[in-house]
Amino acid sequence: MTAQHAMIAGLAVALLALPHFVAPYFMHLLIQILLWGFVYTSWSIMGRFGFVSLGHGAFMGVGAYVPALLWNYTGLTPWIGIPVGIGFAVLLGLIVGYPCFRLKVVGHYFALVTLALSQVVMLSIVAARDVTGGSLGFTPKAVGHSWFALQFPEKIYFYAISVALWFGGLAVWYWIDRGIDREALDAISEDEEAAASIGINVIREKLRVTLISAGLTALGGAIYGQYMMYLNPETVSGIAVSLQIVFAAIVGGTYTAVGPTVGALLTISLNEGLRVAFGTNFIGAANTIYGILLVLFIVFMPRGIVGTIQDAIKGSRRGKAAFYSAIRRPSSADQ
Amino acid sequence: MDIYLLEAIINGILLGGVLALLALGLNLIFGVIDVVWIAYADLVMCGMYLIYYLNAELNWPLLLACAWVAALGVLVHVLIIAPILGSAPINQLLATGGLLFFLQSFATLLFGTDFRNIGVRLPIIELNGIYISSARLLAFAVAGAGAIALYFFLRRTFVGTAIRAIAQDRDIVGLMGIDQRHIYLVTSAIGGALAGLAACLLTLQYDVHPFIGNTFGPLLFMICVLGGLGDMIGGFVAAFVMSQIIAIGGYYFSTELSYVFAFTFFIVLMFVRPRGVFSR
Repeated sequence: MTAQHAMIAGLAVALLALPHFVAPYFMHLLIQILLWGFVYTSWSIMGRFGFVSLGHGAFMGVGAYVPALLWNYTGLTPWIGIPVGIGFAVLLGLIVGYPCFRLKVVGHYFALVTLALSQVVMLSIVAARDVTGGSLGFTPKAVGHSWFALQFPEKIYFYAISVALWFGGLAVWYWIDRGIDREALDAISEDEEAAASIGINVIREKLRVTLISAGLTALGGAIYGQYMMYLNPETVSGIAVSLQIVFAAIVGGTYTAVGPTVGALLTISLNEGLRVAFGTNFIGAANTIYGILLVLFIVFMPRGIVGTIQDAIKGSRRGKAAFYSAIRRPSSADQ
Repeated sequence: MDIYLLEAIINGILLGGVLALLALGLNLIFGVIDVVWIAYADLVMCGMYLIYYLNAELNWPLLLACAWVAALGVLVHVLIIAPILGSAPINQLLATGGLLFFLQSFATLLFGTDFRNIGVRLPIIELNGIYISSARLLAFAVAGAGAIALYFFLRRTFVGTAIRAIAQDRDIVGLMGIDQRHIYLVTSAIGGALAGLAACLLTLQYDVHPFIGNTFGPLLFMICVLGGLGDMIGGFVAAFVMSQIIAIGGYYFSTELSYVFAFTFFIVLMFVRPRGVFSR
């Protein structure tokens, strides 16, 4: 436990010291990695229990668009607008989540219902083009450096915000991981009927992690919008974003805290690396490689990079013990 | 009745024909192999590019695309689906989602993002002031013929019977002397061939570009789920219901809003009939 605390402290110091050494371009990448890492972590809060949502693009889109629209049209500060956006996202999660869990819409039926949800939100944004700018995107009114408008042209502010956000996401992840409900959620992900039969309130448990996950994703979307100062329905909502979230989380590893962040690190640096290497000659090269990797990961490494590394370390450290525990609990080992 | 509304309804029915054909292919694969191919619409995209190059450049006949995409379907099954047949359904769904990413970006890499068409434009028929595209009419007729051919194949041939049997009980079929892996390959090939046929029909109406699968892919899943995944007739009917919602919604409001209606309708119906509208 103390080693873990030391690691966290070391990481915090490193993250705080980093801005003094790196160029603005890398600052931009770091902020992106941290923000997307936060969003992916938010997804994995429910995704790790096998509740695979393809609707997180919807929550992110609502979280990003609501504060920006309120700011441009009513001048309402994002300090109020962001909570309102989160509120809408949570409400949306409730409207779709409750009937889903009540009526036991699970597995790929759940994935497809949530997929429809992300399309509904994206197409609504496009359809309301008079207000939202449609596919052309939406730019919040810029006022320069302002705490009131939560706009900072200097990258250092958003760097600090994203570090805080990212740590906050991890804290929520650990809070759920350590809590008593985690056992209940594990039981539900193994067998819903059996979990209900031993007195677990399946609907309440599932709904709670879904709403937490939706709210955090909306927060991530809002901060992303404030940082980029430009929103586009294609980049903050819809199926593409939903799939991007799910895949990065899976590549990194859904069952560990830092897995989704590793996914963000890998996918964003891969994308940028290929972009720098090939320029614009090979549009799509990065995603081609990305697509192949995704298939390979799901076929050969369903536990993701971090999960596989952890297994390997555990395996070599106490080979026999891991082997026997795997025999005793085959279901949790091969999930 | 308003003549433009009538035109929208007729166009909706004609559009439904192609969607129904694709829903049949996807449902066949789901019913038999028990895997949701998220990338199914992108196989159609591949078929459209093959047609573009083989027909427009080399003048090969259009329908050969069926064979190409059938081969592609087998390839997808052997490379991606077969290794993960035993894993969680959601992983299978995500693996074909990875394939979707791959196909779209690989097409972008190879062909760029230009819109291309084969330069064949069929005439538009005028009937009492109603304009009907004959490409759509042809697509509807061929899709209907394809559906009937598939019906007789499944009913009247040994392989077709085996396919229906495997959809009912995949474990017992092995005892009847049927090799499941063989049937899976045949099913993937038929699914691919239907996607290829749909590609032939769609190239006559639309320009091909790497992301064309996104325009009707999501709708296709909604149709299949609405009809009950694996339920052929349900999917067939649902295709026409959804295309009507889109056609009429598009007439009164806008295309995007009509899709919003269609997807919302889907979500609501999933709560009313979680296992498909026609489930018993």
